[in-house]
Amino acid sequence: MFDYDTFWTKPPFSLNSVDKHELLTSALVDLSKLHIAHCEPYSRMMKAIGFEPEKANGYEQIPFLPVSLFKEFKLCSIPEESVFKILTSSGTTGQAVSKIYLDRESAARQQKTLVKIVSEFTGAARLPMLIIDGPNVIKDRAMFSARGAGILGFSIFGSDRTYALNEDMSLNLPAVQAFLEKHSEQRILLFGFTFMIWQHFYQELRKMQETGQRTGVDLSNAVLIHGGGWKKLASEQVSPEEFKSCLEECCGLHEIHDYYGMVEQTGCIYMQCECGHFHASIFSDVIIRRPQDFSIASIGEKGIIQVVSVLPDSYPGHSLLTEDEGVLLGEDNCPCGRLGKYFKVIGRLQNAEIRGCSDTYAEGLKSGK
Amino acid sequence: MKIPTQIQGLEYVVGDASTIERMLEVPRLKPFSDEAVNFLDSLSKILFNAGRGYSDVITFAFWCRRAAVMREARNYIDACVRLGRGIVFHSTPSNVAVNFAFSFATGLLAGNPNIVRLPAKDFEQVRIITSAVQAVLQSQSEMQAYVVFVKYGLIKECSDLFSSICAARIVWGGDMTIKMMRESPLPPRSTEITFADRYSLLIMNADAVVAEKNMARCVRDFWNDTFFTDQNACTSPRLVAWVGECKEEAKESFWSAVKELVRKDYKLQPVQAVQKLAAMYRVALKENVQLVGAEDNYVYRLKVDKLDVGLMDYKFNSGFFFEYDATSLAEIFAFTDVKCQTVTYWGFTKDEIHMAVEMSRPHGIDRIVPIGTSMNFSLVWDGYDLIRSLSRIITIE
Repeated sequence: MFDYDTFWTKPPFSLNSVDKHELLTSALVDLSKLHIAHCEPYSRMMKAIGFEPEKANGYEQIPFLPVSLFKEFKLCSIPEESVFKILTSSGTTGQAVSKIYLDRESAARQQKTLVKIVSEFTGAARLPMLIIDGPNVIKDRAMFSARGAGILGFSIFGSDRTYALNEDMSLNLPAVQAFLEKHSEQRILLFGFTFMIWQHFYQELRKMQETGQRTGVDLSNAVLIHGGGWKKLASEQVSPEEFKSCLEECCGLHEIHDYYGMVEQTGCIYMQCECGHFHASIFSDVIIRRPQDFSIASIGEKGIIQVVSVLPDSYPGHSLLTEDEGVLLGEDNCPCGRLGKYFKVIGRLQNAEIRGCSDTYAEGLKSGK
Repeated sequence: MKIPTQIQGLEYVVGDASTIERMLEVPRLKPFSDEAVNFLDSLSKILFNAGRGYSDVITFAFWCRRAAVMREARNYIDACVRLGRGIVFHSTPSNVAVNFAFSFATGLLAGNPNIVRLPAKDFEQVRIITSAVQAVLQSQSEMQAYVVFVKYGLIKECSDLFSSICAARIVWGGDMTIKMMRESPLPPRSTEITFADRYSLLIMNADAVVAEKNMARCVRDFWNDTFFTDQNACTSPRLVAWVGECKEEAKESFWSAVKELVRKDYKLQPVQAVQKLAAMYRVALKENVQLVGAEDNYVYRLKVDKLDVGLMDYKFNSGFFFEYDATSLAEIFAFTDVKCQTVTYWGFTKDEIHMAVEMSRPHGIDRIVPIGTSMNFSLVWDGYDLIRSLSRIITIE
């Protein structure tokens, strides 16, 4: 089994494609063997497709599981008594959610990886942190929602953590103002989920400004990190560019980093650099696949996003096929100077309209997400 | 009776509320009445032109022309007096274009006025057939009170209304739609015909495949049974069973020809590729299967070593097949249960099939038809004799 220490000793964007390929291949092949040995459902699936890890000579040959399987089945490679935490994806009531089983070590490793990646963007020092969410989002610690887990995970980067919203998701303007006043001379960290920021923070401030109120919210010394996807905002026809320009106009915020990540591979998120590109760190990678045959798409060619990560050792999530569409923009040559692949996320794959004589209700339910 | 002229979400496409009021009064017709046959023949003539380019519309046009209908009529010559039962309310599947037209024509041929709930999805075929129906109703205005087409997304208020006045209800669209439709009560004397979720199979004679000269045609027939409806019609085979000596050779030549056609003509949407992969793993988690020949995402073949009806609960589509090496036809028939609808076959004689059916005496199977004809509509469907079910007998002694 590979040693995670190999990864800790390297800066997260320091490996070129050749070195990274070698490192990831050995780690991911090891993980495949581990999960085949310890997760019976995973071994059944690999048997059905005839996959033998020892024969893989590159991590791109390791099969990927569609993320939806984590919603339907218990996929876990550790004994019941070692389960320390179960992460769940966010989902509305009644909808199936992904369940991700972690032991103490894997949970710690996720946290450590997140720190390594994010501090490349925020610096090593802790910053005063304003969380654009309500304080109740992390209360139920037994079942972490993706939002709660994200906030807890990022909290480590912040001091004097303050929630910008009340429990009912209304804007807690006095708290925000007091926080900004207290740290007026410092760089501050803002964190939240894209849609929450837009709906409950930006829109509220905007409304006040339109009625001539002075909000006193100046965020020109802040860095905003946000994630959680664009699906909801896309349905309100807000583009990433508009999101940025609106926030800048409204409160002077100009340092904004989106990130791409999913609960099934928590920790190794893909941060957006100064050039607006998502970057893969040494802990993980993206492979863009062609829908017709899952062959690897060329740079600039649209395809389905596969993600691999060396972190999942407690559940077989080291190689996953997402339902997102993306484009690889390049490797090792982003103008920002970080090594590794950089890419763009286009959004969710479009639901298929298929023919047939049984009416499809499941599809309808899915689109209500 | 007064029919409300407007219900939120209900659209009258042909006819209106007053047409339904007249429907309650018009005389019932005899099966295969001159009126109905003339109407359908006129419709057929228009559709041969208007439906050009839509093979399913043309198929319907062939089916409802006078000569074809009269040939069917010969099966219904009985001594007693038969008349239509009364208003037939059809709820047709939302994602098949032309099924509604067959359902409507059957109701009319049985002698009834018809209220037809059209597919929810916008199909060009529906528009073509609907405007042809309107054109015929212009010239044969005495038929107007026999035809109402509506559109609504299963709104209970609408289903309640149409159910409350119908003599027979025909529900397509599978188990869920049937369940929802049953929330709307029928009058005590009314009957119901439901088309529930079913599965279908294909049986292949490997030796005939190896000897086949015209593989392209065979594969096109297979396409019509499967990919033409995203392999999601109840008639589309989910299991391909092989009988004969040269199975491996036959599979190789059959599937490579299928793939060639499918790669060329089938539009695989990216999300289908992901869902198919997930479907395959879902099966692999519970059953002993082996994925074979999966060099691309168009055709998934899952080899099974044992036939089990449980396999048929894994519903997937757009080119997702279980495959089984059988020792005999009887072995395959014997495994079916009541949910098995159509068996398509290739390379067997009718006698061979007859014998196998008699030997295996299966629980399921409503029809056994040659490859490529699984979708051909017939007045006996899913085991129901539709004309007799939608008409009644007046006994005179």
